[in-house]
Amino acid sequence: MNDFFSRGPALGLRLVFAIACSVGLMFVDRYTESSTQLRSYLTSAVSPLFYVASLPESLISGASEQLLSQQQLLAENAELKTRLLNQETQLQLLSFLKQENNKLRALLGSAPVVEGQRLIAEVLAVYSHPFSHQIVLNKGTNDGVTVHQPIIDEKGVLGQIVSVGPNSSRALLISDNTHAVSLRAERTGVRTVAEGLGQWDMLRVIHLPLSTDIREGDRLLTSGLDGRFPEGYPVAEVINVIRDDSQPFMTVYAKPYASLDRIRHVLILWPGTQVEAVRQEEEPE
Amino acid sequence: MRPAQGLGFIYLSLITALLLTVIPVPFQFSLFRPDWVLLVLMYWTLALPRRVNIGTAFFMGFLTDVLVGTVLGVNALAFSVVAFVMAVNHLQIRNFGVIQQSLLVGLLLALYQLLLFWLSNFLTGVNFRPAYLWPVLTGMLVWPWLFWFLRRYRRQLKIQ
Repeated sequence: MNDFFSRGPALGLRLVFAIACSVGLMFVDRYTESSTQLRSYLTSAVSPLFYVASLPESLISGASEQLLSQQQLLAENAELKTRLLNQETQLQLLSFLKQENNKLRALLGSAPVVEGQRLIAEVLAVYSHPFSHQIVLNKGTNDGVTVHQPIIDEKGVLGQIVSVGPNSSRALLISDNTHAVSLRAERTGVRTVAEGLGQWDMLRVIHLPLSTDIREGDRLLTSGLDGRFPEGYPVAEVINVIRDDSQPFMTVYAKPYASLDRIRHVLILWPGTQVEAVRQEEEPE
Repeated sequence: MRPAQGLGFIYLSLITALLLTVIPVPFQFSLFRPDWVLLVLMYWTLALPRRVNIGTAFFMGFLTDVLVGTVLGVNALAFSVVAFVMAVNHLQIRNFGVIQQSLLVGLLLALYQLLLFWLSNFLTGVNFRPAYLWPVLTGMLVWPWLFWFLRRYRRQLKIQ
C-alpha cells in the first residue's frame, strides 16, 4: 500500500493544488476582463462536443424537413406570402402612425421615440446549468458592442450583454437566476419586476401587493425604468397568479415569449442612439 | 505493479458523460438530469484510484465549467473534493452493498451540489431553490445501473 500513490505527490497535496488552481480560475473568470475572450476560445475548442450533442436533434428535424412533400412546401410558401403581405400593410400604417406620434410628441415638447441601431448576432453556445443561463454571441467590441446592451429576438426580450471580448460577447438571459427586469403590465400599467429562476419557461413577478389588478394572460412589457431595456418590448405572459392572504405579496409566475432554450439568432439593440442624434439636430433651431 | 492499459477507454466513457451533460433535452426534464460526469468519475476513482483521481477530476470539472457555463473553476473544485473523498476511502466503499453505496453516492452528490451552490452564491449571488437538488436523487437511482454497466465495460475491455 505504501507505493500506492508513489508516482507523483500524495492525495492531500494534490487536493490542495487542485483547490488552489480552481480558486485562481474563479478569480480570473470573475474579476478580470480577459475572461470573455478566454471563454470564447475555450468554447470554440469544445464546440465539437456541442455539435455532436445536438446531432440527434438536428438529424430528426433535418429528416422531417427532407420528408416534406412539395405540396406541403407550396402550401407553406403561400401561407408565408399571405403573412408577409399582411405585415407589410400593417407596417405602412405603422410608419404613418410613428410619424404622427413623433409630431405630436414634438408639439408637446418631449423627445421623440425612435428605434435605435440594431445588429444581428449568431449564437455560438448556450449554457444550460440552472446557475447560469447565458449565451455566447459572435459579435464583440470590433462590431461596437458594449456591456449592458439589450438583446431581443422576433418574439420578445432575451436578456442583456454582460461581458464583451474583441470578437465575441456573453449575454445573460432573463431566465438567469441573477437577472431581473423592470416591467409594466400592458392592460393596467402596473409596474413590477420579474426575476429569473434558472428555469427556461418561467419568471417570477415579485413585490406585487395582494390588491394589484393582475390576471392570467396579461402581457408584460419592458417599462424602460431600469435604464437598460428600451420601453415597450414584450417580455412575458402571466400564467399563474396565487393570492394567499397570509403572505404580504402575491406569487405570480410568467412565461417568457421568447423560447429561450432554442435561440439561434438575436438582435443587439442600441437603445437611445438615434434619440440623441435627433436631439442634437433640434438644438440649433 | 500491473501495467496500465485502457486509458483511452476511461477517457471515452468520460467524454460520453460530458456529451450526456450537454445533450439538449426538453426543459421539463433538464432539472432532473443526473451529474453524469461526476458519477462516471466516481466509478473510476473507486475502481482504479491510482489511475483516476484528483488530477482527472480537476480536468473534467474544468471541461464541465466550460460546457455548462458556470464560473470557471467552480465545478473543478467541487469535483476534486469529491474525488479526494472517494480516493481516500475507496477500500471501504468497495465493500459496501449496493444500497449503502447508493446512499453514500447521494451524500457525495449533495456535498457537490452544496459546494457548487455555495461557490456560485459567493461569486455571482444565485438564489437557492430546492428543485436544484433533484440531480442528487436521480444520481442515487442511476448509480447501481451505472456501476454495473461500467464494471462490465471495464472487465470486457480489460482496463486496469
